[in-house]
Amino acid sequence: MNSKLTNNIANLVFWMFGFTILGILIWFLWHILAAGLPHLSWDFITGKPQEIIAGGGVGPQLFNSFYILFLSLLFSIPFGIGAGIWLSEYAKKNWFTDLVRLSTEMLSSVPSIVFGLFGMLVFVTTFGLGFTILGGALTLALLNLPVLVRVTEETLRAVPDSYREASAALGATKWQTIRKVLIPTALPGLVTGITLVAGRALGESAILIFTAGVTVSRFAPDFNVFASGETLAVRLWYVRSEGLVPDAMEIAEGTAALLVIVVLLLNLLIGLPSRYLQRKAAGK
Amino acid sequence: MTSAIATKDKIRAQGLSLFYGDNQALFDINLEMPEGSITAFIGPSGCGKSTLLRTLNRMNDLIPNVTINGEVLVDGENIYAPDTDVVNLRKNVGMVFQRPNPFPMSIYDNIAYGPRIHGIRKKRDLDEIVERSLQQAALWDEVKDRLGKSAMGLSGGQQQRLCIARLLAVDPQVLLMDEPTSALDPISTLKVEELTQELKSKYTIIIVTHNMQQAARISDTTAFFLNGVMVEHGVTDKLFTNPTDQRTEDYITGRFG
Repeated sequence: MNSKLTNNIANLVFWMFGFTILGILIWFLWHILAAGLPHLSWDFITGKPQEIIAGGGVGPQLFNSFYILFLSLLFSIPFGIGAGIWLSEYAKKNWFTDLVRLSTEMLSSVPSIVFGLFGMLVFVTTFGLGFTILGGALTLALLNLPVLVRVTEETLRAVPDSYREASAALGATKWQTIRKVLIPTALPGLVTGITLVAGRALGESAILIFTAGVTVSRFAPDFNVFASGETLAVRLWYVRSEGLVPDAMEIAEGTAALLVIVVLLLNLLIGLPSRYLQRKAAGK
Repeated sequence: MTSAIATKDKIRAQGLSLFYGDNQALFDINLEMPEGSITAFIGPSGCGKSTLLRTLNRMNDLIPNVTINGEVLVDGENIYAPDTDVVNLRKNVGMVFQRPNPFPMSIYDNIAYGPRIHGIRKKRDLDEIVERSLQQAALWDEVKDRLGKSAMGLSGGQQQRLCIARLLAVDPQVLLMDEPTSALDPISTLKVEELTQELKSKYTIIIVTHNMQQAARISDTTAFFLNGVMVEHGVTDKLFTNPTDQRTEDYITGRFG
């Protein structure tokens, strides 16, 4: 075969891979949304859940999803970004740093259900919290922490050293350089990392079944962190596996569609401003 | 020395040696750089001229495994003394790099970066510094209508003059320039060279260059380096027309390097 022909074949193959990815997404969205959208109504999105009779909503679960997400980010972002900055900017290259980095990598490959079990043993049982929003959010933070550390370290490492030199040569301290040059430059990457983590947290079920429970407070919205807090993803699992309501299938489909829409909206909400800032800094 | 050169030494290196790990890069350098003049460092790649420049405001601190022996005196103070305030040193002895390295922010924010970190907050003061610095760097007329635009959109030559303006904004006494025109086209190079002539009345400038014509055109004294050793240092005109050392002559006549 001549090189021109193989090049054309390669062209075709890579375009095909591109279309395949797009196709899978469209196929997936089509199925989930076609099944779920008809069940979405204001009553469903804001209503209280039912255990026995049909017609329950997922209002509290929607609230809990975001409340737990917010709390878990509140716990994980400072530590995750802080540790990432330490690894990238402060840590010397020695065995201790290598050990920290290795631990992060190992933690980020632990299956979430194992974190769930850990959370149950520690927060639910040992600390005696029971199934709570707080325990769920803390365990979720543990799941996301290693990802945030790695994303932060890698994004900061990608900032050219010439920026660090330029800043130092103007008499900036290390902290001023980090705060005013490195973090703003790395912001789009950090935002991508946070979006990734947030999406994962919104969809996480295994951890929360073990730590935040499968029931919701009688009041909605309930900001009490010691209340149990079933989320959308957990509700989806629960109604399909243990639910007694006659419309379990419809609730599952509606919940799935709602979850997908919520994750997409969250991505856009965080992603668009970040992209705008990035383009502005690049002078476009 | 001729009378054109001020008698006071702004910077003086004394018995300066530098190691990267076990590799010695500078050997017992003794060199005076007079105030209010331009000193050029020339020599082939890897001769240590950039390394020496970076010892003068301790930029080598950012690189691990560097050992320095000897002294560098700025205004008579050894900057390698343990109680040296490195941040303050770099505010006085600033640096322009080989590749223009503006921050990915607006032109205004680039220039205001230094003054801001040194505590200047008032908009009116910052505006004034930004305008003055850009004018000193001969860039004001080109950018005055787009101060809010990103500095990344400027041409390479404009970016380098922006970096010089950014440095002037912190009001240093010494400008270290590490091959500031090697990434620029001839016209931009000329502009930066003209700029050095205007700046030397107010600042002490030390410039590393690959380009011998450039050293001859703009500097008052020139030091020639080879393999980490300073071979010769003298008044530029004399060094280029009548060098003392055979190796200097070989280099400037193009026999190597």
